[in-house]
Amino acid sequence: MIVTRGLTKRYGHLLVVDQVDLDVREGDRYGFLGPNGSGKTTVVRMLLGLVYATSGEITVLGQPVPKRAAQVLPSIGALVEGPSAYGHLSGRANLALIDAAGKSGSRRTRGSRIAATLDQVGLGGIDNRPVKRYSLGMRQRLGLAAALLRTPKLLILDEPTNGLDPQGIREIRDLLIELNAAGTTVFLSSHQLSEVEQLCTRVGIVNRGRLVRQDDLETLRALTGRSIVHTPDTDRAREVLDGQIERAESGRLVVADADTAALNSRLVAYGVRVTEIAAERRSLEDVVLSVTGSGSDRVDVLDEERG
Amino acid sequence: MIRVELAKLVRRPRSWVSLILLCGLPVLVAVFVAVTHLAPPPGQGPALLSAVLSSGSLYPAAALAIVLPIFLPVAVAVVAGDSIAGEAGSGTLRYLLARPVGRTRLLAAKLIALIVYTLSAVILIAVTAYLTGIALFGAQPVAATPGGLTTSNIAATSLSGSGLTPAEIALRTVGAVAFIAVSMLGVGAIALFLSTVTDSALGAALGALAALITSEVLVTLNAASAVDPYLPTRYWLAWIDFFRDPIVWRNIERGFAVQGVYVVVFLAASWAHFATKDITS
Repeated sequence: MIVTRGLTKRYGHLLVVDQVDLDVREGDRYGFLGPNGSGKTTVVRMLLGLVYATSGEITVLGQPVPKRAAQVLPSIGALVEGPSAYGHLSGRANLALIDAAGKSGSRRTRGSRIAATLDQVGLGGIDNRPVKRYSLGMRQRLGLAAALLRTPKLLILDEPTNGLDPQGIREIRDLLIELNAAGTTVFLSSHQLSEVEQLCTRVGIVNRGRLVRQDDLETLRALTGRSIVHTPDTDRAREVLDGQIERAESGRLVVADADTAALNSRLVAYGVRVTEIAAERRSLEDVVLSVTGSGSDRVDVLDEERG
Repeated sequence: MIRVELAKLVRRPRSWVSLILLCGLPVLVAVFVAVTHLAPPPGQGPALLSAVLSSGSLYPAAALAIVLPIFLPVAVAVVAGDSIAGEAGSGTLRYLLARPVGRTRLLAAKLIALIVYTLSAVILIAVTAYLTGIALFGAQPVAATPGGLTTSNIAATSLSGSGLTPAEIALRTVGAVAFIAVSMLGVGAIALFLSTVTDSALGAALGALAALITSEVLVTLNAASAVDPYLPTRYWLAWIDFFRDPIVWRNIERGFAVQGVYVVVFLAASWAHFATKDITS
């Protein structure tokens, strides 16, 4: 669905995006992760033909962008850097304007399509108040509605759950999973690990403009070869598992043994009560922190500057 | 897309407020003049105003002269400056372009909306002023002279000048309206270009006004006479020549030509810049 080769963007001397090779497949729920200022939004803008690449190629839905952007974009729903709308108009009027812009959808079905989309994002009962009186979460939903208006094949969403409360986040996640199940590919750019971890099937991690890791979430969250054991009988467990324990905190042991079942029966055989036992997985957070440094909104003094 | 842009223009309260203000100022002036009968002496104050007391049918021209120096260019510059920069500032530009709306198409639609706004502003001013003029000053026949109605003493020369029929006045007013609309499009083109450069609608509008003020200053400066014929405001008042008898075409033609060049150059620059620009707003 989205393939980039050596995608690079330079603003003067500043290298914002550096040789990014994205590969988003049909049916993916792709999470594009990275700290703030790592070049995520610039990549998204390049995918949509808003920003022109310095070098490299972009293919979206099999067509080169920005050359064939006019053919590709109608099948894409996008939410870039927050929603925006004409504040003095109502949500419906905004959707009608955006629908009429460009190669417009049929005017006859416009009203019903807008109503259906508003329903989808949970704004079905919205009144005619102007958008400037919407809450942040309502604006976010309206932006999502605009992206969904033409039942896109590909959704490109930049931080889609900004400003939503936990319930709203859950709702949007369910909506995206539902759309994905119906055949929509979802490309979601975010700096929120939990959001990506709960929604996505594939993950690309970007840091300082470079794509440092791109893989299935399952692969990234591989087993570590250790097991986590919770037990009230810590001392007894120590005796049984002599030398295998890597870390021990009150009631929680990290054991260097991947075979959870065997470990469990051994502990129980020696009379150690086990309240909880599981194979340890790497969390996405570990993966991300291992390949990225601090975010680039943090500006440290370089050593040579200190002099 | 053109329909969308026109809908945005119409549904924007600001468009209506600016039109009401533009039409309201001449009405206010007319009421003061009608009540006091104290028109400025010929040659002073807004052009043609001194002649208005003799016939209300000239008031459209006087009204245009009242709003031309500041009010009208400000309104046009604000609308034109807002066209791209306003969308960028509110964040809607990226959604329009990702819709997709072609950049050239968007610019063309914005330009057409600007032309519609400018034309309706000028025509509306002329129409309300005509109604005001007829109501307050009556519709006596008017005399025009080679010296025009503005610079010479109307009271002294009106008898020697040839009479203008209402149809002739209407026709000449239409000519003046067209000339002023084209002059305003010159302003609009400059503001539209700046609007593609900056993401601040205010900056674009003020930039265009700064260009006009610079031009006005240079026009009055003898030392700048070398560039004088090319300044955008140089022939702004040439439409008054429509009310001389016979019509003096020289400056009118030059005025049209200069504005035409400004419109073409700045529209081309807007297009060239906007079509290749990175949209980071």
